[in-house]
Amino acid sequence: MLSYYLELALRSLRRNPALTALMVMAIGFGVAASMITWSVFRAVSGDPIPDKSARLFTPQIDGWGPQQNLKGEPADALNYTDAMVLMRAHEAKRQTLLYPVQLSVMPGGDRDLPLAANGYAVGGDFFAMFEVPFEYGTGWSAQDDHARAAVVVISDQLNQKLFGGANGVGRTINLGGHDYRVVGVTRHWNPKPRFFDLFSTQGFEDVSDFYMPFTRALDLEMRTDGSNSCRGKLTFTTWDDWLQSNCVWITPWVELDSAADVARYRHFLENYAADQQRAGRFDWAPNLRLRDVVQWLDHERVVPPESRISFMVALGFFVICLVNTIGLLLAKFLRRAGEIGVRRALGASRRQIYTQYLIEAATVGLAGGVLGLLLTAAGVPGVGLLFPPQIARLAQLDLSLVALTFAVAIFATVAAAFYPAWRAAKVQPAWQLKSN
Amino acid sequence: MLKMSHLSKVYRTEVVETYALRDFNIDVKEGEFVAVTGPSGSGKTTFLTIAGLLETFSGGEYHLDGIEVSNLNDNARSRIRNEKIGFIFQAFNLIPDLNVYDNIEVPLRYRGMKAAERKQRIMDALERVGLSSRARHYPAELSGGQQQRVAIARALAGSPRLLLADEPTGNLDTQMARGVLELLEEIHRDGATIVMVTHDPELAARAQRNVHIIDGQVVDLAEEPRFHAHAAAPQSLA
Repeated sequence: MLSYYLELALRSLRRNPALTALMVMAIGFGVAASMITWSVFRAVSGDPIPDKSARLFTPQIDGWGPQQNLKGEPADALNYTDAMVLMRAHEAKRQTLLYPVQLSVMPGGDRDLPLAANGYAVGGDFFAMFEVPFEYGTGWSAQDDHARAAVVVISDQLNQKLFGGANGVGRTINLGGHDYRVVGVTRHWNPKPRFFDLFSTQGFEDVSDFYMPFTRALDLEMRTDGSNSCRGKLTFTTWDDWLQSNCVWITPWVELDSAADVARYRHFLENYAADQQRAGRFDWAPNLRLRDVVQWLDHERVVPPESRISFMVALGFFVICLVNTIGLLLAKFLRRAGEIGVRRALGASRRQIYTQYLIEAATVGLAGGVLGLLLTAAGVPGVGLLFPPQIARLAQLDLSLVALTFAVAIFATVAAAFYPAWRAAKVQPAWQLKSN
Repeated sequence: MLKMSHLSKVYRTEVVETYALRDFNIDVKEGEFVAVTGPSGSGKTTFLTIAGLLETFSGGEYHLDGIEVSNLNDNARSRIRNEKIGFIFQAFNLIPDLNVYDNIEVPLRYRGMKAAERKQRIMDALERVGLSSRARHYPAELSGGQQQRVAIARALAGSPRLLLADEPTGNLDTQMARGVLELLEEIHRDGATIVMVTHDPELAARAQRNVHIIDGQVVDLAEEPRFHAHAAAPQSLA
């Protein structure tokens, strides 16, 4: 019967092309507006590491006190003193500290000019914690961390620039005037949002070129290329002054596998802050946070408000389009009450009439989906008019968006047809035939 | 074949109850050709729509081909309508967007019949009504008589046990009406049970038996002489 219903649906749509076009346009424009804004919202609001987001935590310790912190919240990063205590205590299964650095890379050869490269100083656990995929080699070991080894992991892009895409593991590169042995080459990896560094970025930056040992970066007194935040009088002039200051610039991450591990780590943080209070370093009660990835993204308000608002507005527009479609379908279906009466007399059950009209609505939805897809494809490049470039370029028409466009168009139109089709199925054949 | 006992049909509003049928009794045997007559508003069409399971009734019993239909759900009623009953309407009720072939195919589609069998039945039905050459024509391209023949072909294609005809010649001129009537008689001779509602005394006279309805009840004209002037002479037709 499905083929028969489809045949009837196509015949019905051809019968009144203007009305059909009106419905298809309503669905098409509504779906396109929703999908274009969804493509942005999806990109900025997704879970960047869904397999582990509930097991990765960033600890925050209030090193400024209630007079200087922001609305009672600890700073979004740690100062050197607190960060190193967490690192040395090694209370988590895996842990890393990180901060962004920028260095020049000497490609080698006399004629090549240095390249500016952006990277991170991180702990060796970084790669396993964040499931960084490798093209060649791996990250470095804990021994390398302790030894402040001159090793580096580079991105596939930098590997392409330096070695033409060949395996760069074992080769030496010059970063900021120092030689480093390449131990790993990552595959393309750039989680959006960049959850692990929301202190220095908005979460939507280009791929990092390299990762070097945190300990090595400290040895070389590398300043952060990202943000820092300080309180009170700034008196430091030397590197050691900087390290001993209350300035926060280091983001810590720990991996905790169970609720018990989380409780234990929280207890450790509380003990540490209480010790600092007792020692007189903190003049306030322990003020801590331990947020997982999703909580952290929420706390940092990574999703731009205009993304959420534009998506809600587009959804509202789509609902208005659907309400109009309901009216049009109702008019279209009930105008055929006479035909419905005949079909009922000839043996069609209410369910068969209902199904026939839902399938007709589904064909309208399918056509609306095609139009919606074309409009979405045309509209996605225009996202830049509404959003900053780094966010606008996240909006992409990929296979999942294509499938979603069709699914939403068809499902929404069929849902809109529930009532009109029900009314059509309730047509009393006797009355229709008598009135004829 | 069709037996109604003490059947009633009441239309209720907040202020009034109107009986379309009241204590209605009729028994149509298999193979009979029965004409149902009566003045306008007497309940003829209501009887026909209830007989065709297009409408429910308020009380009494109705057995169709041995099945008590009062408690059947919509699916079961639709299936019986599709398999056992053929309808012929005064206004033909062909679907204007479908050609002759597709119109006749409608009830067969709902029966879930395979394409080859559907085609065979449609062509047989068209041949029987003399319209084999018009299979691809649309209703608007046919005369009234031809449209009614298509409607009869549609009713016949499903091989129903019972044909219900509502003023089948009401919209036709005399010549076309005669042709349609001859066709119905031929179908009856082949064994079909036909119940035909009509105003036309000449048409009623061609049936085997006449049933007269007045005010929603079957009346015996022999006992109601005041109605003789309006009715055909049923005594000579029995």
